[in-house]
Amino acid sequence: MTALEPPLALLAELTHRCPLQCPYCSNPLALEKPANEMPTADWLRAINEAAGLGCLQVHFSGGEPTVRRDLEELVAGATAAGLYTNLITSGVALDAKRLTSLTAAGLEHVQLSFQDSGAEIGERIGGYEGAHAKKLATAKLVRDAGLPLTANFVIHRQNLHHLTEMLDMAVAIGAHRAEIANVQYYGWALKNRAALMPSRTQLEEMTATVAAARARLEGVLVIDYVVPDYYARRPKSCMGGWGRRFLNISPSGKVLPCHAAESLTGMAFDNVRQRSLAEIWRDSEAFNRFRGTDWMPEPCKSCDRKEIDWGGCRCQAFAITGDAARTDPACGLSGDHARLVELAAGEAEAAADGFVYRRYGAG
Amino acid sequence: MSERILISMMSIPRLAPHMRLRHDKARAQWTIQAPERSFVLDPVAHAIVSRCDGVAQLDAVVADLCDAFPGAPREVIEKDVIALVQNFVDKSVMQA
Repeated sequence: MTALEPPLALLAELTHRCPLQCPYCSNPLALEKPANEMPTADWLRAINEAAGLGCLQVHFSGGEPTVRRDLEELVAGATAAGLYTNLITSGVALDAKRLTSLTAAGLEHVQLSFQDSGAEIGERIGGYEGAHAKKLATAKLVRDAGLPLTANFVIHRQNLHHLTEMLDMAVAIGAHRAEIANVQYYGWALKNRAALMPSRTQLEEMTATVAAARARLEGVLVIDYVVPDYYARRPKSCMGGWGRRFLNISPSGKVLPCHAAESLTGMAFDNVRQRSLAEIWRDSEAFNRFRGTDWMPEPCKSCDRKEIDWGGCRCQAFAITGDAARTDPACGLSGDHARLVELAAGEAEAAADGFVYRRYGAG
Repeated sequence: MSERILISMMSIPRLAPHMRLRHDKARAQWTIQAPERSFVLDPVAHAIVSRCDGVAQLDAVVADLCDAFPGAPREVIEKDVIALVQNFVDKSVMQA
């Protein structure tokens, strides 16, 4: 067993409130009620503890983090603690005044989500009319403020034909970086998997388009590409290993090894209002449950990639097999892999496009 | 659309705005904090990046490094400097 490493980054999910209703939202199905959100002082303490523990970055996320009126105060606190601050936003609730005060508080980067390269499909996916124009206006505000901008596109069967347009748009709005992130199927996305899953052929075309764009745009746009792991040969190194790099704090203060961990029913998570972050990182049952390699079953245990992918994704193992301690079915060596691929291919072909929108009470 | 910038001894590079050169106390190493990524700098990379201040031309940076590391041949240092700065400029971590 290697020594416990300090975490690198904190994902602060300030709220689950959001004007958008994207059917692949990474929030849990049971959305946290506004009344249960942590107050400012608790967030500031948690942010300071994260910096003290070794975190270098904080990502302010949600829900839509700008609905919290104390966001400026939290950004200022993180900046004072020496953290690199990133705002992950839908951009529909930001105006020039707010962005100016966030920049003054020390905000260093904005990641702006787009549901598509155009309004028609994008607004159907987000369930919010007028969102696209607001997002474009926010992108301009961010660039006018001199902040670096990442354009985030979650990609799936219903918008993948616009991949080239998405990348062109990222360049046109002055983004430094684009994220082309295939949907990861937990929570809401799992519920909507049949409406989102691409076919293997579509994925191969997408990957080729990204490779060509990377070559064409070197030095102009950094492209991060997240593949859908259902068609992978080996699993992703989920979170860089459970309890190894990342901390996630939920709106009510629950400390999670990843943002989807609450989908693991039966697992208890400590709350930063009750225990220090250092104690939770080091000692909590949830963080230690799948940390390192001792918990692994075969074929992971004797795999030469076990310290590369760390056994893949626990939430996916749970979502597909009902057992979080099994090998990630995305791995070609998993006994569940063939079933996973068949399931994906079948859903891609059936092409049922209706969504269950992400709303309070809809999960 | 902007063109790719090619680095030469005449380039005057610096960190891009909002890239932060930061000492990581918990892990005793130098890093650059960048949007959703973090670059670990080994001592050589730190020696190069910390000299790229947006004022010094790269040939001056190389001359300074030759003084600081008298054991290393100038052409090796020059090659290392170009490779590192080009890589960081391509990744929009540095500007030149």
